[in-house]
Amino acid sequence: MVPLSWYLALSAVLFTIGVAGFLLQRNIISLFMCIELMLNSVNLTFVAFSRFLNQNTGQLFVFIVMAIAAAEAAVGLAIMISVFRNRETLSIDEDNLLRL
Amino acid sequence: MFELPVQQLVFLFLASIAIFAAFNVILQRNPIYTALGLIGVMCSLAGTYLLLSAQFVAAMQVIVYAGAIMVLFVFVIMLLNVRREESRLDKGKYLKIVAPLLFVALLAEVFYVAKAVPNPPASAIAADGVHPYGTIESIGEAMFSTYLFPFEATSVLILMAMVGALFLAKKRTTQEAETLGQMILEMTPRISAADSSTAEKIEEPARKIAA
Repeated sequence: MVPLSWYLALSAVLFTIGVAGFLLQRNIISLFMCIELMLNSVNLTFVAFSRFLNQNTGQLFVFIVMAIAAAEAAVGLAIMISVFRNRETLSIDEDNLLRL
Repeated sequence: MFELPVQQLVFLFLASIAIFAAFNVILQRNPIYTALGLIGVMCSLAGTYLLLSAQFVAAMQVIVYAGAIMVLFVFVIMLLNVRREESRLDKGKYLKIVAPLLFVALLAEVFYVAKAVPNPPASAIAADGVHPYGTIESIGEAMFSTYLFPFEATSVLILMAMVGALFLAKKRTTQEAETLGQMILEMTPRISAADSSTAEKIEEPARKIAA
């Protein structure tokens, strides 16, 4: 059996990689994917604790996190499409206004 | 007799794939490769969920995350054709120093805390057959009884996101755009009286959509 701390360590590594990527990437789509990476690492923590406490609640949380991620991706990508249509760039250094 | 720690080896294999793919996510400049790395992370995490005997979540991870959400991302990347602005993306050099420092600091902090976590033995999966852990049956039962309200709230949220996405990404008809552009052009004299630099910025895009 794999110990709990291994799962927590993997989750922590993935989360910190996501944070670093959020600072390194300069493209809105890539920033979004770094956020997805962080959400995934949190999901791993939920499932690991769910298994080691033998309760299904953690898995329901994962289900809800996935639904939120889907909603966030849909709205965020729609915003990106309409920003790109007006400004023709996706760099966060230039898209710093949400108006025309 | 010495037993091969199969589960540990599988975990280490999956974890190394996940970390490698995660570094791919943050270091690639082309968003398509970033998306590919993220799909790698998600698939190896699905394997980890199987190790934790959470079959339902593993299936959802592959179908919803790696399937639906990432396809949406790849679709938008290809639709917007982002590649041609790669050369403009190298601003903010100081973040290239801050990010690794923050990475190391966060990692050290997390491992310092994680060392204090006790390692409880995983409780044995109930073998009575009534509520097997991690199956669709047991999760569905909890979802539609105890957690019915959060479930319904999630469905309303997704509906709202769907309507919002449709509204935001909808292409305005040319007539609507022309009226909008003309309205802005009519306003520019008044804006330039107050603030000439803003008026200059607005005028050119307004002409573009009015035409």
